[in-house]
Amino acid sequence: MTQLALVIDLNVCVGCHSCVTSCKQWNTSSYTSGSMTDLNPYDEDPNGTFFNRVQTFEVGEFPNTDTIHFPKSCLHCEDAPCVPVCPTGASHKREKDGIVLVDYDKCIGCGYCSWACPYGARELDPREKVMKKCTLCVDRIDDETLPEEQRKPSCVIHCPTNARLFGDVHDPDSEVSVAIRERGGYQLMPEQGTMPANHYLPRYKNKITIHEDELQREDNPLKKEGHLPDPGSRASSIEDYSSF
Amino acid sequence: MQQNTAAVDTEDRIEVKNTTCYMCACRCGIKVHLRNGEVRYIEGNPDHPLNKGVLCAKGSSGIMKQYSPARLTKPLRRKQGAERGANEFEEISWDEAFEIMEERLRHLRDTDPKKFALFTGRDQMQALTGLFAKNFGTPNYAAHGGFCSVNMATGMIYTIGGSFWEFGGPDLERAKLFIMFGTAEDHHSNPLKIEISHFKRHGGRFISVNPVRSGYSAVADEWVPIKPGTDGALLLAITHELIKTGLYDRDFLVQYTNSAQLINLNEESDEYGMFVRTNEDEDLGKVHPQDQIWWDRLTNKVVRTHTEGADPYLLGEFTLEDGTKVKPAFQMLADRVKDYTPEWAAKITGIPAETITRLAHEMGITARDEKIELPIAWTDAWGKEHESVTGSPVAFHAMRGLAAHSNGFHTIRALSIVMSLLGTIDRPGGFRHKAPFPRPIPPCPKTPSHPNEIKPNTPLHGTPLGFPADPNDLFVDDDGEAFRIDKAFSWEFPLSAHGLMQNAITNAWRQDPYPIDTLLLFMANMAWNSSMNTAEVRKMLVDKDESGEYKIPFIIVCDAFQSETVGFADLVLPDTSYLERHDVMSMLDRPISEFDGPVDAVRLPVLPPLGDSKPFQEVIVELGSRLGLPAFVNEDGSRKFRDYPDFVVNFQTAPDSGIGFLSGFRGKSGEKSMKGEPNPNQWEMYEKNGAFHQTVLPKSYQYMRNWNQGYLEWARYNGLTRHVDPINIHIYSEVLQKFRLAAQGKYPGKQPPERLRKRVETYFDPLPFYFEPLETQLIDKKKYPLNALTQRPMAMYHSWDSQNAWLRQIHTWNYMYVNSKTAKAAGIEDGGWMWAESEHGKVRCMCRYSESTEPGTIWTWNAVGKAAGAWNLTGKANESQKGFLLNHLIAEELPKNECGDHVSNSDPISGQAAWFDVRVRIYPAGENEEKVSWPQFEPLQPVPGMSERKKWWQYFAGRNKK
Repeated sequence: MTQLALVIDLNVCVGCHSCVTSCKQWNTSSYTSGSMTDLNPYDEDPNGTFFNRVQTFEVGEFPNTDTIHFPKSCLHCEDAPCVPVCPTGASHKREKDGIVLVDYDKCIGCGYCSWACPYGARELDPREKVMKKCTLCVDRIDDETLPEEQRKPSCVIHCPTNARLFGDVHDPDSEVSVAIRERGGYQLMPEQGTMPANHYLPRYKNKITIHEDELQREDNPLKKEGHLPDPGSRASSIEDYSSF
Repeated sequence: MQQNTAAVDTEDRIEVKNTTCYMCACRCGIKVHLRNGEVRYIEGNPDHPLNKGVLCAKGSSGIMKQYSPARLTKPLRRKQGAERGANEFEEISWDEAFEIMEERLRHLRDTDPKKFALFTGRDQMQALTGLFAKNFGTPNYAAHGGFCSVNMATGMIYTIGGSFWEFGGPDLERAKLFIMFGTAEDHHSNPLKIEISHFKRHGGRFISVNPVRSGYSAVADEWVPIKPGTDGALLLAITHELIKTGLYDRDFLVQYTNSAQLINLNEESDEYGMFVRTNEDEDLGKVHPQDQIWWDRLTNKVVRTHTEGADPYLLGEFTLEDGTKVKPAFQMLADRVKDYTPEWAAKITGIPAETITRLAHEMGITARDEKIELPIAWTDAWGKEHESVTGSPVAFHAMRGLAAHSNGFHTIRALSIVMSLLGTIDRPGGFRHKAPFPRPIPPCPKTPSHPNEIKPNTPLHGTPLGFPADPNDLFVDDDGEAFRIDKAFSWEFPLSAHGLMQNAITNAWRQDPYPIDTLLLFMANMAWNSSMNTAEVRKMLVDKDESGEYKIPFIIVCDAFQSETVGFADLVLPDTSYLERHDVMSMLDRPISEFDGPVDAVRLPVLPPLGDSKPFQEVIVELGSRLGLPAFVNEDGSRKFRDYPDFVVNFQTAPDSGIGFLSGFRGKSGEKSMKGEPNPNQWEMYEKNGAFHQTVLPKSYQYMRNWNQGYLEWARYNGLTRHVDPINIHIYSEVLQKFRLAAQGKYPGKQPPERLRKRVETYFDPLPFYFEPLETQLIDKKKYPLNALTQRPMAMYHSWDSQNAWLRQIHTWNYMYVNSKTAKAAGIEDGGWMWAESEHGKVRCMCRYSESTEPGTIWTWNAVGKAAGAWNLTGKANESQKGFLLNHLIAEELPKNECGDHVSNSDPISGQAAWFDVRVRIYPAGENEEKVSWPQFEPLQPVPGMSERKKWWQYFAGRNKK
């Protein structure tokens, strides 16, 4: 069975928010998921509906600090707690590909699903009073008039660092499954038992190891000048031990 | 239970149009989807060489810019009787607006053309506005470069013949080590993101040197926190270590730089510090003679440079036959950095000496041991054939963190020299040029050089902006004083290639060096984030003389939006949005070239102009035609171009030159590139091609272009350069030495005024050196112990986006970020209100503790704070009530000093605005103080023609209301 999902590579995400507004522009005018309300768009405390948000936080103490950009949206859980709590059947998991969707016509805005979601991924549209969230741009995925490579969520297509991989996490040969396997992909709060389909790839750091003898070279250009390379004032010499 | 996800209304009228984004200066290709005539979706163009289909947060929010209620839609005139700055306007027609401008400007051009000043922001049309200024005959023209990153441009161009951003960049495809200095977000924005991601995924090591770990630094493998303004010390210490350990590319330095050339060290001579030349007949009269000399190791004799079979000394001291003491340039560099040890730099930069040494070793060993060899044959400028192109995979990038200091020029020279020592210039894995670069050092354009060249009804001789090669290229009067209103190209800032827009208003207000009449500002927010000393500059804009006349008599502002500056206009011209206009990213200006060849691009209107808005390009063509400026009229004085699109197609740089604003689809049927007759269908051909045109050079022309015979000849043939001489890297800058000699009275021609002699002699050092920023030298450092600076957020471009309903939800207001230890020591709480105070001014703002900020630095996001009511936000919007502008702390002029009472707070070489030199102290706001940012200004009211602000918005494009 197919389970579509996003795999988000924190190792390359620079926190540019492309996914946030690319999602907004596609979905607000989407016949499937639009529109997405903005309250006070030009006044104090603007507050709108977004399916995707990026949180930025610091880890560690100066100077050993990491700045993490963390994009978050509906994780399309395999055992989605928002589905069974929905009294009208509006929240549902699409059988053919596991996308969690909300049928706005049935949603009564009771908010049970958002209480059930441990990730805070749902947003109640303040004007339409229905629950909205990431659909993985289902109207792009399903649109056979689009070229194949465009049948992806808008955020995936536009992400400048290609930090958002998209595919079937149940297909062991898919790009996303390979990334999860080889790069230590993980789920958010697995202890909740929701089996989120979306995964995150952790940071890793590349280092260069310099061996001291790499500074000693027969072809050191200083030799051409009649100079011997300076071993540096910190190199060991008899000065370390001799006494007079 | 399934949603109907295929729901597409078949009656919708869908159109998809190609154009170029303008949500920042990056210029990505976009496909704009319209549904029933409204913007439904802006998609990155997957076939575009720059962004390859991706799009950033700003690009994806173009819809909210297009439909922003801050859009200006009517020409406006300050109401009769209303004071300037009171923001009271009445609508007028374009005819009236043109009549007002024509009458005023015609009189100025007939009498005293320098009284018209034109300054523009990040407009990407300098080729057109510069042409207008030149033909008008006013020297008082510049774009925003002086307050942006002119140090980055000049520091590198005067050293390696090219620079970063549009002009060149790091080859992250093949680099293995990437070191980035002082960059949060860049205006080569999406390409850099694409490349950093690719680089990291392919195992590259990324080191970021920055006081703050934000933006790209977040994903760096190593963050090296540094004290602001001290990067020069770090780079000089790295140079010290590279030379000391022999980790430099000797062959590269010998062949492709001036390292081995001998310098005259006879202190008695007027040639002191200049290269010794043979002055052989074949070189006489050449612009770039190749007659310098080497001391050959093999024969122990002097030989002309690049003598076949010779191998010169880089180090040593020699005596010529006539007794002249000489040293190779490289020895001079080695002498210079001898005392710049890592231990020395550690005390200045705050970076441990071991880290500095290790960084140098990582760079040097990676460059030496991981050589790249590409099987590409090429011929060098001396006619020697090479079987392959080699490179060292160490790449660098830098931005305003290096540039926006008064010591930035030398810092950037030092960076260029490190890049050259490692042998990474226009080679795979290192730095790569983009057309039209490399250019000769310095490039050829020159400004007028004497006031008597400015005459009524006469175009400028030369260009309004240029690159002085020599003190005699300066634009000064007989007393050696400035003759431009911004004092560019004067002895105060001799190499100010981008002008000093940051001082234009202050100088015009002070009427120094003379009063002007009309100031035309295009798309530049000079009453807010683009000026230092903002509160005072706002007063200058409305200040009057004793007779009750405004000191700056007439101000015209052209903008698409109600910026803070609009309120100070006498005449407002409503510009269109980027989706409503023709525009060019021209080879004559700043194209979007790739490493492998020239690329330019266009904007095409996808929507009709809103209301009566009109593209500024059309205003320029119309005014140029009405005023009869030579470039815009036929010999009989009749109008030459119907409109801007017609101008772009038919304008040529000289009669039948075949070179125009666009390089693509030239020739009668569009079959030619770079050069060719005008093609009446050029715009349509660009449209079909995705709004860009790319020329891919043959592989053998893609590298080593400073010295690549084939490339240089190609570039000259196509008008990108005038010369095919090799562009050798200036490790030692003879250009700078000429200015120093003039200051010492040893160079023939123009002399600095006495008050500036010492300044010029000090800072025009032919080798980079470290000095404390100018303002820091003049103030009490103990009283103001911290540095304050801004970073550019990725989701906003300067002041442009607070009107954008989506983007302002990402950055609604700005905090001051302070290292938690620093803040606690000052008694400031996380989230609490605080004051930051400089010698010059103070701001009240909110504090956010940060562990990713060096303890001696405080910072905030740039230009998120707004004046109340501007950009058609309500007076209560968070941007003005909690947001703040750091500019209030920054002086546009240095404290009184021996060089003068009113010297710009800018780099003494390039005139780069020294934004990041400001030093501050911080303390908590009192408990009884208002919880509102300070300073505050009288809220602006909406002006006629703007649409109403929605209280809520459910945007849905082109809903079919059948």
